[in-house]
Amino acid sequence: MKTHVIVFPGSNCDRDVAVAIQNIIGSSPEMVWHKDSTIKQSDLIVVPGGFSYGDYLRCGAMASTSPIMKSVIENANKGVPVMGICNGFQILIESGLLQGALIRNSSLSFICRDIIIKPTNTKTIFTNKSKISKMPIAHNEGNYFANSNQIKEIEDNDQIAFQYCDENGDINAHSNPNGSINNIAGVFNKSKNVLGMMPHPERAAESIHGCDDGRNIFESLLS
Amino acid sequence: MTSSNWQFDTEKSLVESHGLKLDEFEKIVEGLGREPNLTELGIFSAMWNEHCSYKSSKYWLKKLPTSGKRVIQGPGENAGIIDIDDGDVAVFKMESHNHPSFLEPYQGAATGVGGILRDVFTMGARPVANMNALRFGDPNHPKTKHLVSGVVGGIGGYGNCIGIPTVGGEVNFHPSYNGNILVNAMTVGIAKKDKIFYSAAAGIGNPVVYVGSKTGRDGIHGATMASAEFDDDSEEKKPTVQVGDPFTEKLLLEACLELMKEDAIIAIQDMGAAGLTSSSIEMASKGNVGIDINLSKVPMRAANMTAYELMLSESQERMLMVIQPKKEELARSIFKKWDLEFEIIGEVTDTKKLILHMDGEEQASIPINILVEDAPEYQRDYIVNDPSPLISFESKDFEDKDILSDLLKMISHPNLCSRKWIWEQYDHMVMADTVVRPGSDAAVVRVHGTNKGIAISTDCSPTYCRHNPYEGGKHAVVETWRNIVASGAEPIAITDCMNFGNPEKPEIMGQFVECIRGMGDACSKLNYPVISGNVSLYNETNGEGIYPTPAIGGVGLIRDLSNTMTIDLKNEGNVLCLIGESNNHIGNSHYLSIIQNREDGGTPSINLDDELKNGKFILDCVAKKLLKSVHDVGEGGVLVAIAEMCISGMQGIKIDITKDFLHGFFFGEDQARYLVEVSQNKLEQLEVDASKSAVKIERIGEIGGTSISINSIGEIELSNLIDHHTKWFNEF
Repeated sequence: MKTHVIVFPGSNCDRDVAVAIQNIIGSSPEMVWHKDSTIKQSDLIVVPGGFSYGDYLRCGAMASTSPIMKSVIENANKGVPVMGICNGFQILIESGLLQGALIRNSSLSFICRDIIIKPTNTKTIFTNKSKISKMPIAHNEGNYFANSNQIKEIEDNDQIAFQYCDENGDINAHSNPNGSINNIAGVFNKSKNVLGMMPHPERAAESIHGCDDGRNIFESLLS
Repeated sequence: MTSSNWQFDTEKSLVESHGLKLDEFEKIVEGLGREPNLTELGIFSAMWNEHCSYKSSKYWLKKLPTSGKRVIQGPGENAGIIDIDDGDVAVFKMESHNHPSFLEPYQGAATGVGGILRDVFTMGARPVANMNALRFGDPNHPKTKHLVSGVVGGIGGYGNCIGIPTVGGEVNFHPSYNGNILVNAMTVGIAKKDKIFYSAAAGIGNPVVYVGSKTGRDGIHGATMASAEFDDDSEEKKPTVQVGDPFTEKLLLEACLELMKEDAIIAIQDMGAAGLTSSSIEMASKGNVGIDINLSKVPMRAANMTAYELMLSESQERMLMVIQPKKEELARSIFKKWDLEFEIIGEVTDTKKLILHMDGEEQASIPINILVEDAPEYQRDYIVNDPSPLISFESKDFEDKDILSDLLKMISHPNLCSRKWIWEQYDHMVMADTVVRPGSDAAVVRVHGTNKGIAISTDCSPTYCRHNPYEGGKHAVVETWRNIVASGAEPIAITDCMNFGNPEKPEIMGQFVECIRGMGDACSKLNYPVISGNVSLYNETNGEGIYPTPAIGGVGLIRDLSNTMTIDLKNEGNVLCLIGESNNHIGNSHYLSIIQNREDGGTPSINLDDELKNGKFILDCVAKKLLKSVHDVGEGGVLVAIAEMCISGMQGIKIDITKDFLHGFFFGEDQARYLVEVSQNKLEQLEVDASKSAVKIERIGEIGGTSISINSIGEIELSNLIDHHTKWFNEF
């Protein structure tokens, strides 16, 4: 599998996701500098977490205008799997590949801890091996928001990827860490080849992390 | 020199406003053979303040043990370095940012983190972990809440953005910090042994390069501000606090590490306290050369900056380098790629002077040796007061039936309650190598791409130091050593951050001297040398000093991560045992301060032979895979430690012991003790081994259920414990 990880100034989970890809998918990704202009052939493009451009202006806003994003959008429109994690999710929203917005956590503070998510649609290339999974979040702006028309649209079209839940899989206010509408932790585009998610599967990818539930997302891509 | 016979053209008030004593000014004139101009005066002020010159502390710091078979670099460089096998080294240091954090908590703490990160990556190491040691005033003091929020926000804001995990630390509250909080930040980095970078400039004619952010007017006189006491007008000093930009630091980190892969850098030094002044002088002094700088070339953020301002600005995220002339274009292209400034601003000379030009005119010419070797050094007067007397407490004055309610009060107190609210605001998992997260005895991070790990712990007990600086100094060192042992790691070396009041007061200097003596004895006995550190004096407001606070950051090595130990109880049916002697030392304990609102009774004494013996025993047991969990018995004593293990592991325990003095046993703070979890089938072996090693072991109880129950006393549900443990910060 030919994979690519985009590196923006301020990306800081680029290495972590590259290690997870190497360990799980079995080949190391090509690291693509944001000023490059094209990705020729790819089976997976990852937009990693971090603080691209220091989160200045608005999370993901400046990175979404980097030269490489044109090629990421072209590839996405051709059906290439594109995955944005955390800041990568914010960038994909800012670039228009995904719907909605990510606003400040309802607690108004950065949150780093393990949460549990449930796949809402398991018939996609990213989630066909997904189950209720524990993995960390680490963000300040992960509070997913969309207006009621958009929510209806993404629900009707099975575009919700993951929702925050408790150990039993119940989706409730108590298990919502950041105030996201309908506990949404991740969404797809219409054709389900673009995924954006706030939790970090690459930080739950080997036993030393205390949990390796994050692997199932990468394993889904293999099958 | 007295004011009456002032014989210089320079205004006396100008000298004083630069934080220089009149006889220090006389020394400058003697050295230069003339009076300094304003820029030169500023440079002397920056170099000779307490923060940069260590003039009150140097004599005593030399008494600390600083070498060992794993020590590659001791104190004197940007950070210390230890060998962690396989060609890898760990680079670390802790540094204070106390004064600025009190004036502007968010930026003060943020730039504290930024500064210590630069100290570590300057040496060629990729930072892998941040830690901190924080002290705030009374929880109910009107400023405390604002300061806690700001400092936690600043530490998180910087570390999260740059993408280095903040894996742990310690926080305590005491009224002695009402006017002077302490923010001590520590960074650990990993490098290859054959790729370490130092600051000694070399090669006459080689270019001196400025990289990073532009220079602005922020932080001018920051180091001088940090070398003075506060008073009611200290708010006015806010403009001396620097403003951090973690995004630029991330770019600077990546650019420096990228350039370090090439054979291009001869010397590198970060611009921290006293900015361009201290970095250029440090490089010249270490290399025994001179440096010429053309200040017109310095990238500037503001228009019309003067030589004085440029030399004293503490704008952040800047570095000074001496590079191979042939690699100039390569270096420039790397910094350009990362959108950073890169400017050749001077060259290495053989004059052994710092010579500054601007707009074609000479602005300063100072022999380096006057600034460095001839810097003032004081052996200040000191008085060692008698330690607070030991009080023997007796069983008859305590009600056994209160033990569980006392426990609840203790674990809900700000000094003992859960710090989750704090560390959940820090990204402690980025880099995906965090093995033991905050909340255990020591944090553990994996050395990337290997199966070994680094254990890190920060600690200090200022109350112990206040009442017995010698034993308190020992304790601070030993507490980190024990935390590292409890994580299954071999303790290797420490960094220290010496936070004290005004050294010109003999009692304060006496505390400093005694703490150093205690630390030195502990370090020598435990073979646990000091490899880097920092001194922060004048932590006083309106003449009121802080408690002596020698914060220690210890580092250890776990060769095989499968031997990592944590505090959470693992399995029902296992047995909890106490290792070490208990002598009911209630004096100066958390029990006394929280339950009885008393601060007396004396600091517990530390038997270093017992520490060594018991610590080695724990590590032997870890190697033999006898233990399931380990927790050192520290603040709050045995029962608080048991509660922490239960809460972490979500396991209850049935405590079955008989003692004449239950409060003494459960809440006494005797030293050299650990709680260990062992499975039933290994229990006998553990006890036999302990007896062979002459180590005291006692069975405490069996793990299981959903409560802590004590025979003859009663029980308390875990859920109730957790509510109390998390309440204070959740309602913060």
